[in-house]
Amino acid sequence: MSMVRLTIDGSEVEVPEGTTILKAAEKAGIRIPTLCYHKRLPPIESCNMCIVEIEGEKEPVNSCAAPVSNGLVVTTDSKALHEQRTANLKKILKHHPLDCPICDRAGECELQDIVYELGIEDVPYEPRKVKRDDTYSTSLIRYWADRCIMCGRCVTACRDIKQIGAIEIQGEEENARIVVDPDKCKSCGECLMVCPTGALTENLSRYKGRPWLVKRVQTTCTYCGCGCQFELNVLDNRVIGVTTDVDTGVNQGSLCVKGRFGYEFIGDESRLKKPLIKENGALREASWEEALDTVAEKFKAIRDQHGPDNIAGLTSAKCTNEENFLFQKFMRAVIGTNNVDHCARL
Amino acid sequence: MTNPISNVLKSEVILAIGTNTTDNHPIIANYMMEAIHQHGVELLVADPRRIELVDYATLWLRHNPGSDVALINGLMHIIIKENLQDQAYIDERMEGFEELKSCVEKYTPEYVSSITGISEEDLHAAARLYAKADPAAILYTMGITQHITGTDNVKSCANLAMLCGNVGKEGGGVNPLRGQNNVQGACDMGGLPNVFPGYQAVTVDEARKKFADAWQVEGFPSTPGLTVTEMFSGGETGQVKAIYVMGENPVLSDPDKHHIEKGIEGLEFFVVQDIFLTETAKLADVVLPATCFAEKNGTVVNTERKVQRVRKAVEPPGEAREDTWIISEISRRMGYTMPATTPEKIMEEIRLLTPSYKGITYKRIEKGGISWPCPDEDHPGTPVLHVGKFARGKGLFFAIDYIPPAEPVDDEYPFLLSTGRNYPHFHTGTMTRRGTGLNRLCPEPVAEINPDDAEKLNISDGEYIDITSRRGSIKVKVRLTERSKLGMVFMPFHFHEASANILTHSIVDPVAKIPEFKVSAVKIKKAA
Repeated sequence: MSMVRLTIDGSEVEVPEGTTILKAAEKAGIRIPTLCYHKRLPPIESCNMCIVEIEGEKEPVNSCAAPVSNGLVVTTDSKALHEQRTANLKKILKHHPLDCPICDRAGECELQDIVYELGIEDVPYEPRKVKRDDTYSTSLIRYWADRCIMCGRCVTACRDIKQIGAIEIQGEEENARIVVDPDKCKSCGECLMVCPTGALTENLSRYKGRPWLVKRVQTTCTYCGCGCQFELNVLDNRVIGVTTDVDTGVNQGSLCVKGRFGYEFIGDESRLKKPLIKENGALREASWEEALDTVAEKFKAIRDQHGPDNIAGLTSAKCTNEENFLFQKFMRAVIGTNNVDHCARL
Repeated sequence: MTNPISNVLKSEVILAIGTNTTDNHPIIANYMMEAIHQHGVELLVADPRRIELVDYATLWLRHNPGSDVALINGLMHIIIKENLQDQAYIDERMEGFEELKSCVEKYTPEYVSSITGISEEDLHAAARLYAKADPAAILYTMGITQHITGTDNVKSCANLAMLCGNVGKEGGGVNPLRGQNNVQGACDMGGLPNVFPGYQAVTVDEARKKFADAWQVEGFPSTPGLTVTEMFSGGETGQVKAIYVMGENPVLSDPDKHHIEKGIEGLEFFVVQDIFLTETAKLADVVLPATCFAEKNGTVVNTERKVQRVRKAVEPPGEAREDTWIISEISRRMGYTMPATTPEKIMEEIRLLTPSYKGITYKRIEKGGISWPCPDEDHPGTPVLHVGKFARGKGLFFAIDYIPPAEPVDDEYPFLLSTGRNYPHFHTGTMTRRGTGLNRLCPEPVAEINPDDAEKLNISDGEYIDITSRRGSIKVKVRLTERSKLGMVFMPFHFHEASANILTHSIVDPVAKIPEFKVSAVKIKKAA
């Protein structure tokens, strides 16, 4: 692959041909403000935040889409650029409601971040003349139409990553909004993952918590064998949601409906909380002492009386390696049988 | 999988056979979509159902359920006839080619077409598409394995891949997509009747001695134990007196539900360790409350053989305890003290005894998983298996003949039932059917049949039908859809209220002992 040399903010950078200016700048340690750009998606070019000046060019270009070329001299920050970015952002902010106090994304909202970064102070809010409807995208995802900045990330993700294309933009300018085809949508939540604001929120957890109060624990999904990586969001010892990181795991931030929304069972009221022993045909609660003693005595009696091969054990494709190891060790070393299997075949 | 998931981006052709990837492995489907749309990879789908992948396929083979061996033999017949095989690869790396060649000789396009229902033209096109691609990947799941010829089907996939030099190559391979988060690990850890951890056979003297020494016991039986299906039959016959189940729900997941229940009834003692009072736990003498994945530390292995961390996020409810604690406590009461009982210490013991895990430590996988085999702590892991040479030395072709399914349709039971999973739910629904979220998308079981069949039976979409097999009968809502092949019914097995496994038969593959969930004969009528 041939390399290209260019200058960004006075630094020489060498990158492979085809690299965008944004990525080249990133390599040189220079941060260009972005909003609609997302690492997993092709350039959308809806926000015009990542504009840069190129020597010899009249108009600034969107660095997320513009490829590098030899000898290019790029400026990423100037008074003119700052003014233009501010103006572009104010256009977005004009209709964005300041309902941050009740927004799920407050504190980890990319719009908040860029407003803060550019130091915008005065934005006169003008409510839309025609109010957009708040609708549910699906039964699991809520669309807050007024918060939507029409960046197009969700549309692009649904089309390009999932090849579903359930989301489209309808209407123009002020009346534009996203519309979801309920027959196509699979509720995978890819749109939720890429939404930079609180325009798309999860419509599932009855419990909410501010992002900064939530503990996030990196783990592996419990469903199929893809091994997707995600973070369990925990508040007061309760899992209240699942988030992902684009840079972690084979799933690159994507999940399916089960991975993203299938966490309710963890804190379900019907979880088993005490050992149970059957007495006169019905299960009753018991102490661990009693339950463990009963199991050990029965196993011992059957093993000693009938032989170890009269006992069999089913270990689990849902359990960890360590648990499976210990279980088969128990069956083989303690009971003394090879009668151990699990549901690999089912 | 012999290859990593992302390897499909490097393929030229992907053969997806017996995998409804968009529904059951959506993240792998993401990679397939990227491969097709951004890298020009061509998709060849072989599936009796018109699954979503068909929309993206260059060619779709709608073969009759259970005819996979005939189909693959037919493809190999054409490949060899047209001299499209990778002869250099075969000469250098393989043995058994002549046997394979003479075996597939009789699988002419005409003969194969009569078994599979696929036109000779499509057979030719498919054979050429696969054989001319370099490399080509094969992806499969239970559509290949859940047959009485499951082992033959898997070997046939391997035959085809090796014939075209696709094993041991980036972008190629024979890739079973695993359906459970740790089904790979449960196998790796010796959760099987014939092997210790690391697939060290119980029939081998040195292996038994190694584990007996390590665990300080006198020895082990030198014959493999019972498989899951045999355990419950053993309960019925009295051969098995006690069963200890950890985290499984065989009453819903195993074939021929009534047969399983009878097996449990016949037991003297039945222990279930689980997170919910499942259909199986309700029948137990003792139920032990365990922890779910969010409440424990440990490792699981994904379909790429990648060992990854599970981390504790919340405390378990009530008095629920970790499985490792429960097992150790029972063990101690039976006079055997497990030396290692915390996950990280158990992993140290696993590493000592399992050569393919030797280099995998918690520290090394803190930031990301490692694919086994990983023989030492400097080894980066093995994303692609069999590079350069096969694990056994030479690759071996198996000459395999087609055997029809165990329970063909007949006049009395004219429909063919296949069971499987749907998109919103998982396995026996123990987890996905709690809470409200996923149930909003799919609140009840639905059987799929072809609209033309429905018309003949005077059944409309959304009505209830009775499905009856030789084992039993269930009532279920019906959806009319072209996804279903003529003469075929598809049903998910997630639902206790209309358990598909009341209908399935329990005849299994003679080697793998896997049930034939993809072919049972049933009859259908509008429910009263």
